[in-house]
Amino acid sequence: MFLKDYIKEVYGAVKSLVVGMRRTGYYFTHHKEIITEQYPDNRDTLKLADRFKGEVVMPHNENNEHRCTGCTACELACPNGTIKVITRFDITPEGKKKKAIDKLVYHLELCTMCNLCVTACPSDAIKMAQTFEHSVYDRNKLTKILNNPGSKIMEGVE
Amino acid sequence: MWSLSQIAGSIHEWLSTTFNPTIALVLEMVIAGVAIIGLFAVLGLVLVIMERKVAAWIQIRLGPNRVGPKGLLQSAADTVKLLVKEGMTPDGADKFLFNLAPFIAMIVAMLLMAPIAFAKDFQLWDLNIGILYVSSVSSIMVISILMAGWSSNNKYSLMGAMRSGAQIVSYELSAGLAILTIVVLTGSLQVSEIVQSQANGWWLFKGHIPAIIAFVIFMIAVTAETNRAPFDLAEAESELTAGFHTEYSGMKFALFFLSEYVNVFIVCAIGATLFLGGWMPFHIGNWDAFNHVMDYIPSSVWFFGKTFFLIFLIMWFRWTFPRLRIDQLLNLEWKYLLPISMVNLLLMTALAILGWHF
Repeated sequence: MFLKDYIKEVYGAVKSLVVGMRRTGYYFTHHKEIITEQYPDNRDTLKLADRFKGEVVMPHNENNEHRCTGCTACELACPNGTIKVITRFDITPEGKKKKAIDKLVYHLELCTMCNLCVTACPSDAIKMAQTFEHSVYDRNKLTKILNNPGSKIMEGVE
Repeated sequence: MWSLSQIAGSIHEWLSTTFNPTIALVLEMVIAGVAIIGLFAVLGLVLVIMERKVAAWIQIRLGPNRVGPKGLLQSAADTVKLLVKEGMTPDGADKFLFNLAPFIAMIVAMLLMAPIAFAKDFQLWDLNIGILYVSSVSSIMVISILMAGWSSNNKYSLMGAMRSGAQIVSYELSAGLAILTIVVLTGSLQVSEIVQSQANGWWLFKGHIPAIIAFVIFMIAVTAETNRAPFDLAEAESELTAGFHTEYSGMKFALFFLSEYVNVFIVCAIGATLFLGGWMPFHIGNWDAFNHVMDYIPSSVWFFGKTFFLIFLIMWFRWTFPRLRIDQLLNLEWKYLLPISMVNLLLMTALAILGWHF
């Protein structure tokens, strides 16, 4: 009985090893598909996965308008203080005071791409971009201001 | 026809007519030594690039492809890098042993080159106990590893060295028994006679199933003896950072690295000699026409072809199989390989006595 199990075990082991070697042997002999990216060479045709998150950006339309109301929900959602919203008060034509953003400061060097700010935003003002070549020689360049200079809030976004 | 033995013969003739016998002998020794060192350098370059390319192709990658055409000069660039690097010796290390260990590893590899028949009548030293010599000298290898691990004064190095000791000592048994099964068939330990006995067919085919089992066990055991994955517990990049050569850098590290690849070449050459007929062309029984065609391929091509096929097999193992834990490793040897190879040796002896092999 013991001997039977022993032989069965040896047979099973050899068989599983042969199966593994057949698989890798197949890959070795069918050298067509390459799963790695030839990165700096294929920069133009590089296709990233949809879920890839590179940095936070604020999209603007052609009239230099964004959707940010300055509610600071993203700042509160951020776990490590990456986003700082600096607000100001605009005077509307009706003479009312209205909150708007002056600057939305984004510290790329602190960001972990957790996407919590994007989900927290009630007006879809920010989103994740797929850029990833972020290295710079000066650390200050990693602190970015997301809203374009002179931009204002889009009509109809509250 | 052009052959290695003719070149060696003409060099010998020229030397013995030009100089007196003693000087001629010394010069021949020097030439042989330089040739071996040259072979080492070439093997290091070729096997490293081969390993990386095989690994890449098996893992559906491209591998090195920047230096030279198709990346074939990558290992030459790596060698230059290692040559210009600083060879450091740690403060707490035993300096003498630390610096000696890589050279012992190299010297063992050089000694093992002596009885290998590279081509027809082309062998450094055809001693009558060639195979015994190989299996005994190769066990000195463990001393260099233990020396390196102990003198580094580093717990990881020591652990790697101790594992390597346990591993090599136990796997030598089944490698030895696998070698013995072929020795039983040939009745000789001399390398040239073992090759000559395979003139009408290689032992792998002539020796029926026991020879195939012995071949498989031999390949497993030598993979373990050369400390390569899936038995790379002496190096264990993941948990021991590199095992016995953690503290080595520059050329001293390169010597360990080179000796690993040269050892792979040597054990594959021994395996090719024992099971695949060494430099002997592929012959089938009495098919004279077929055998004659096979004889046209030079014997050195046969030898290196078979050896590189076995090296490829060992690389294939490395990039396919998962690593074993140290207790699984020793279990495999003492509970499986050793009993199987003992029974196999018994079978083979019966086969040889009854004359059932071809």
